[in-house]
Amino acid sequence: MSEIDRVRWHCRRGMLELDLVLSRFMDAVYGALAESDRVAFSKLLEYPDNDLWDLVSARAEPEDLDVFEILKQVRAVAPKRAAG
Amino acid sequence: MGIPVRTFDAVVVGAGGAGLRAALQLAEADLRVAVLTKVFPTRSHTVAAQGGVAASLGNSEEDHWHWHMYDTVKGSDWLGDQDAIEFMCRKANEVVIELEHFGMPFDRTESGKIYQRPFGGHMSNFGEKPVSRACAAADRTGHAMLHALYQRNVRVHTQFFVEWMALDLIRDAEGAVLGVTAMEMETGEVCIFQSKATLFATGGSGRMYYSSTNAFINTGDGLGMTARAGLPIQDMEFFQFHPTGVYGAGILITEGVRGEGGVLRNASGERFMERYAPNAKDLASRDVVSRAMATEIKEGRGCGPNKDHVLLDLSHLDPKVIMQRLPGIREISMQFAGADPIKEPIPVVPTAHYQMGGIPTNYTGRVVAPRNGNPDAVVPGFYAAGECACASVHGANRLGTNSLLDLLVFGKAAGESVVEDIKALPKSPKDLPKDAADYSLARLARLDGQANGEGVHEVQLALRRAMQDHCGVFRFPDMLKQGVDKIMEVAGRVGRTEIKDKSKVFNTARIEALELDNLVEAAKATMVCAATRQESRGAQAREDFPERDDANWLKHTLWYRDGNRVDFRPVHLKPLTVETIELKKRVY
Ligand SMILES: Cc1cc2nc3c(=O)[nH]c(=O)nc-3n(C[C@H](O)[C@H](O)[C@H](O)COP(=O)(O)OP(=O)(O)OC[C@H]3O[C@@H](n4cnc5c(N)ncnc54)[C@H](O)[C@@H]3O)c2cc1C
Repeated sequence: MSEIDRVRWHCRRGMLELDLVLSRFMDAVYGALAESDRVAFSKLLEYPDNDLWDLVSARAEPEDLDVFEILKQVRAVAPKRAAG
Repeated sequence: MGIPVRTFDAVVVGAGGAGLRAALQLAEADLRVAVLTKVFPTRSHTVAAQGGVAASLGNSEEDHWHWHMYDTVKGSDWLGDQDAIEFMCRKANEVVIELEHFGMPFDRTESGKIYQRPFGGHMSNFGEKPVSRACAAADRTGHAMLHALYQRNVRVHTQFFVEWMALDLIRDAEGAVLGVTAMEMETGEVCIFQSKATLFATGGSGRMYYSSTNAFINTGDGLGMTARAGLPIQDMEFFQFHPTGVYGAGILITEGVRGEGGVLRNASGERFMERYAPNAKDLASRDVVSRAMATEIKEGRGCGPNKDHVLLDLSHLDPKVIMQRLPGIREISMQFAGADPIKEPIPVVPTAHYQMGGIPTNYTGRVVAPRNGNPDAVVPGFYAAGECACASVHGANRLGTNSLLDLLVFGKAAGESVVEDIKALPKSPKDLPKDAADYSLARLARLDGQANGEGVHEVQLALRRAMQDHCGVFRFPDMLKQGVDKIMEVAGRVGRTEIKDKSKVFNTARIEALELDNLVEAAKATMVCAATRQESRGAQAREDFPERDDANWLKHTLWYRDGNRVDFRPVHLKPLTVETIELKKRVY
């Protein structure tokens, strides 16, 4: 429990864009991830906010291949239509 | 009870731009400084700032701090304190050049000077024509600023307590501030940070609105702690709204979209801005557009099943324009509204963006609260800077790029004040009251012991809806009245929140419950002061009092938690050295 909570807290960012996407990912995907993917996700969270948003919104590609697969999953979290 | 006590010369709560700038001043003076922060410093909300920081460097055309001062006073709709505004505008060049020396990668002109561009409300020659005053580092100004300041702090061995949440202020019987209680998230351990000086730089409270451009972390913690300690918070009714935040998500859609030809439409597809601003239409100023949108929604012409938003339509534009001239907008719209703007309009709503009010301070960053007939009495040992503070330079309305300037100038000034004040104090800090941590421990015990309570998210949502519906961009008398009742009802529910998981280690549920305790204080202050102030000024737009009323309302509001009481303080109309900028109607 505590590890997932720690990761969840590390999804708290300075940019609202990331707060929204990352918390969506935590709710929908993280629980079912294999250990290696969880490690990769934690690595992804080490990126500075602006760089991370560029990666998530597919305006940049990562140089670090370790995060490549997990990034695809983050990008794939279904965009949410505004309620209403 | 054996609560551990850590003792420092100074404790800074918050590691965004304001906290880092203040800490640097303290550490460079060889004080023992602790900086507490909920998240890693460079993940503070300052990272989101893109537009730039204002300074009258005059690098591309003639400029002067006095012109900047004039714009800021006018922008504030005369509610800003003119001594603080003069101080800020005079210091702007110094703090920006300092930042350059700290390694901030500003954009440059061909001759190597800091490049400057125009920004709304910044003019030359006392309001004559727009001037280039904003200094930026591409679209990453806040990010670059945080990194430069953080690196600098590391060099001087500022001690960071990352993932520590401050809980409450500690005051003694005379009212002096002696430090804070705080909780380490990793262990759930509560500890006292005892200090001769306590400096708040906790940022804004934008999360109180349903639609907010602010990151989740902006829960007004400094305001909550201040209010619970019996001190007032000032001018909270003044909340700046951005007209185009994505409906349901809040992400800011830049004005540039309307600049490229995007138009706003109501439920019947009408381009309603033609009615409100026949000339400027969709490009009228932020407050005009926001109010028009709010009126459409209030009068039942909003879109969607709840008729609670309008549409930003770009579908008539050439897709190439959208892709090339508005990079990132399509991604944001698809990601957060599920709408591809090439084919369908983006649902948008006026969105809370910046809190002009906060903890009242003077221009040296010392917190003030009226005492014995003195409206400007200093609270010993307590300092504040940045968005959580109210110096007050933004008054009723902030100009873009003035907030990054505010946090640099007053972060530094507050740091200097601490250094000066500590010199005059005895070597050892004042004794802590025996019950210093009891209040915080009781709050935690309440939360752990709560049965039959409500979930934090549910109550938080009720709070944000109440603020959005009753205290938004345009304020209607009946709605405000109901809003005060509603927010007090929500406050009762906040006192009965329950968390299922009681573990000590990284318990985010507990952290969010504690954040809500803070957010509700900021929300009460905002709603109650908005209902109290019977005029329209800057960001406070009341349907029943459409004009500014200087005879009765040229004063700061002070909200006290005890008794939900509102008091007032005079505005400082006298600058430090120049003549008062006389009251005028604010027209552009
Ligand atoms: C999208 C967006 C764009 C903006 N662009 C601009 C711009 O271009 N120019 C401009 O001038 N302004 C801009 N602003 C406004 C400006 O970014 C903010 O007002 C400013 O960054 C606030 O800085 P701060 O240091 O006061 O607080 P923050 O940067 O919000 O930092 C607050 C700090 O306090 C800590 N904290 C909070 N509560 C606690 C607690 N209980 N215990 C421990 N630590 C705590 C946090 O961890 C954080 O470190 C923008 C705002 C937004 C939302």
